[in-house]
Amino acid sequence: MNSRTILNTEDLLPLAARIPKVSVQLNLNDKLGALKVRFGIGRDDYKVTPGLYKIGHPDSQSDVLISANYKLSFDMLRKNLGGMNLWILVVDTKGVNVWCAAGKGNFGTENVAKSIKNASLEDIVKHRRIIAPQLAASGIAAHKVKELTGFRVIFGPVLAKDIKSFFAAGYKATPEMRRVTFPINERAKLIPVDFMYGKYQMLIILASFFVLAGLDRTGFLFAKMVETGLYPMFNIICAYLAGIVLTPLFLPWIPLRPFALKGTFLGLAITILLNILFQMPFIESLSFGFINLSIASFMAMNFTGSSTFSSLSGVQKEMKWAIPFQIGFSAVGLILFILSKLI
Amino acid sequence: MQYLRNVVTLNLNADLCTGCGMCAIVCPHAVFEITRGKARIIDIDDCMECGACSNNCRFGAIMVKSGVGCAAGIINGILNGTEPSCDCTKGNKNCC
Repeated sequence: MNSRTILNTEDLLPLAARIPKVSVQLNLNDKLGALKVRFGIGRDDYKVTPGLYKIGHPDSQSDVLISANYKLSFDMLRKNLGGMNLWILVVDTKGVNVWCAAGKGNFGTENVAKSIKNASLEDIVKHRRIIAPQLAASGIAAHKVKELTGFRVIFGPVLAKDIKSFFAAGYKATPEMRRVTFPINERAKLIPVDFMYGKYQMLIILASFFVLAGLDRTGFLFAKMVETGLYPMFNIICAYLAGIVLTPLFLPWIPLRPFALKGTFLGLAITILLNILFQMPFIESLSFGFINLSIASFMAMNFTGSSTFSSLSGVQKEMKWAIPFQIGFSAVGLILFILSKLI
Repeated sequence: MQYLRNVVTLNLNADLCTGCGMCAIVCPHAVFEITRGKARIIDIDDCMECGACSNNCRFGAIMVKSGVGCAAGIINGILNGTEPSCDCTKGNKNCC
């Protein structure tokens, strides 16, 4: 039998009635999912099926918002649309959030134009305007989308929570709504992301220092390893935490502009504190000074990827001296540590 | 919060600018203002080189070498011999 002869009941409905409707309320699953993603669990697969969705009861005059198909972006948008009648066009950004996808081109002009065509948007709405999140502007060129599709792109506010005010003001965002900020709660949310980033490397480093602690003039002493191996591990964990927890939390107040130096500053502070708390032999203390500074510096430098204000040119500039400095300090620290065990 | 001084590649050509204001709309760090029919850079050190302004300037008045200001991305680029990229579509998912 020819499959074309099978009647699809969906085809009998008008186009707009076939579009799935989504809730503006997030349920427990949505919230748990968000938490898991922050810790990198199942992050590869936190996607929304691209296409058109309804909020409330939109008609041919209702506005169209476009969003990335990363579920956190989509959830953030829909939960701020209570009581509104709108269309949401979800673009396939490979499950990446708005800003990152825009920077990489996945949330870009061509992709948006393709989504508009695929969803037959010109048949569903009579007007010719779509509202894009402002942070998609590094990927979406409004004038090119207009040329390709006839739709005028209006850049909305940075945050979904301002969308209602944006509509109320007649498609206008205040200067505050157009600015990206980086408040402490946002910075804190990114800590688990960085924590997961270096977890395996960290375990290897910790294990190595634990084993090295057993070195002795006479060879290798198991008892010495067990007895003295915990302090180096504790030290390194403190330096790691200084880099990935204290850096984000105290970012605006830590002196010096390069992130690598912010980390160095914290590494030094941690080293001084640990030396006050635990009196260790001089060479071993010195070796941990070097190691702490390089680890805290490297991890703080890594936070440039999460920050909302570091530029590519700037990060390249600081890495030119920071990487040699971090490698050098680690090497000196490691040599001193081994020496402290052998003398 | 501001990052390093005198480092960004942002460049505005006032001769090509028509003062349409698109750059001021899309910039997430309020780098531009429109005065007397032309865009003007208020403080260039606020720029993070996201590229939104040059991407949306239909008159080609703005140039910036945009990209990810991300140390892990730059290291990825060096290791893979490519442009700096924290490509979330494959490999490490924990970036940005």
